Amino acid sequence: MSSQVRVNPIRCDAYGMCTEMLPERITLDDWGYPIIDGKPVSGELLELARKAVAACPTAALRLAARGEPSR
Amino acid sequence: MIATGIRLFDGPPLAARPESLGDHEVRLGPRPRFAGGDLIAIVDAADLRGRGGASFPTARKWAAVRDRSRGNAVVVANGAETEPLSGKDRALMTARPHLVLDGVLLAAEAVAAARAVVYVSRDHDDAAQAMTDAIAERSASDLSIPVTVALAPRRYVAGEETAAIAHLNGGAARPTMVPPRPFDRGVDGRPTVVQNVETLAHAAVIARHGADAYRSAGAPGATGTVLVTMAAAIHSPGVYELAGGSTIAQAVSAGGGATSSVAAVLVGGYFGRWVAAEDAWDLRLGVDVPLGSAALAIFPHRRCGVMQTAALVGFLARESARQCGPCEHGLASLASTANELAAGRAKPRDGERLQRWIAQIAGRGACHHPDGALVLLSSALRVFAADVNTHLRRGRCDRDATTMLPAPDWTIRGR
Repeated sequence: MSSQVRVNPIRCDAYGMCTEMLPERITLDDWGYPIIDGKPVSGELLELARKAVAACPTAALRLAARGEPSR
Repeated sequence: MIATGIRLFDGPPLAARPESLGDHEVRLGPRPRFAGGDLIAIVDAADLRGRGGASFPTARKWAAVRDRSRGNAVVVANGAETEPLSGKDRALMTARPHLVLDGVLLAAEAVAAARAVVYVSRDHDDAAQAMTDAIAERSASDLSIPVTVALAPRRYVAGEETAAIAHLNGGAARPTMVPPRPFDRGVDGRPTVVQNVETLAHAAVIARHGADAYRSAGAPGATGTVLVTMAAAIHSPGVYELAGGSTIAQAVSAGGGATSSVAAVLVGGYFGRWVAAEDAWDLRLGVDVPLGSAALAIFPHRRCGVMQTAALVGFLARESARQCGPCEHGLASLASTANELAAGRAKPRDGERLQRWIAQIAGRGACHHPDGALVLLSSALRVFAADVNTHLRRGRCDRDATTMLPAPDWTIRGR
C-alpha cells in the first residue's frame, strides 16, 4: 500500500526541515510553507519521508494512506 | 408559479413584527411529527441542499448524524451570516422565527438530538431577539429538547461549521482541522448537525407539504425556493424569495432592475465569483452557477472592478484566522499586490505574481477561506481583464475608483 505525505497547515510554522529531507515531494511556496506534490511515496523515498515526519519541529507532517480523506 | 405554502415568506409583510406563534400556527398548523428518521427520507426526496454556501445535500448530513447519535446529538442552527453582502438569514429569523424554530425541532427529532443551539451574529440583535422570544413562546411539550441562542463573533469565518463548533465549545471561532468531522464529534464532542437557518426553514416547509409539492417549485438540483440578497446597483436592494434555478436576469428584475449599465455580477457574496454581465443574465442560480450565499452584487460599468476587488481581497485577508501560513501570508501578499495594482502602482510582473500565488495557495488551508479569496480574485482578473491590463500598463483606468461593496475593517473594533 502506498502512502502520501500530508501537512497540518495549522501546526506548520515554516521551519522548512521537510523540504530539505524530502525535496522529491516537498517544495516551498513564496512564504516558506511546504507545498506537497501529492504523489505517492514508496521504496527508498518512504524511509526519507518517515525521517522528514520525525524531524518536523511542530509535528505538522504525517504519512497517510493514499485516498485517506482530509489534508 | 410557486404553490401556496411553499414560500418561506408567505404570510404577513416582512416589515411587520416577527410572526407570533399564534399567527404562525393559524397560518400553517402545528409542527408535524415524524417517527424516528422518517423525515430524512422526505427531505431526501425533496432534494433539499444546504443554503449556507456549500449546497451539501441536507438528508445526507442528517443521516450521518442519526447513524451516530445515541440520543445525544446536537443541532446547531447556523444564522451567523457573516457575509457582508447577505441579509437573508437575518431577514428570515426576524420575520419568521417560528418557521426556523420548527425546522430546528424537526431536525433535532430526525437526528435524535438532545439539544439545539441557534447561532446568531452578535451584530444582528433583531434576529437574536426574535429567536429568543420565539423559543420562550413555545410550550414545554412542543419544545421537545432545550433550545438556546448563542451569539457569533464578528469574524468572517465564524460561520464556518468547525469554527462555529469551536466557539460553542468555549474557544475562539476559528476553523479546525477535519477529521474529526462535525457528524462524528462536534459540540461537546457529540455528533453534530450544523445547518443554515434558511435550510431548516425549508425543511419545515417540506415537513408540512411533502417532497412533491416542494419540488414543484424550482429546478432539478435547485428545488424549492431560495432567498437571494440583492446589493449594489439595483433599484431596490434587499432580500427576495425566488424559485430555485431562477436566472440572474429574473433576480435583477425582482429587485426592480439595475440602476445603470452593468459590467459584472458578483454571484455568491465574497466567497463567490465575478461573472461578466453578458454571461450572467441567463445563468440559473444553483444550476449553472453555484448558489454560495445567494448574495448578488450588481456592479456598474462606471466603477473600477479592479479597485473593488482589491478592497474585497483586503477584507478577506484581514479576516484570515491566521492559523495557516498559506492563508495568513498568502492572502496578505495577494491583497497588498492587488491594492498596488488598483492604485496604479503595479510593477511589471505583478500580474504574473498574482497568478503564481493563486496557484500556490489553492487548497492549502485547513478550511476553504483562502480558496474563496482565490476564486474571487481569479474571476476578477478574467472578468476585468481589460481594466487589469490598463492598470498594469498605464497605472489607472478611467473608471470611478470609489468602492460600493462594503469591506469593513473588523480587526479595529475587536471581536
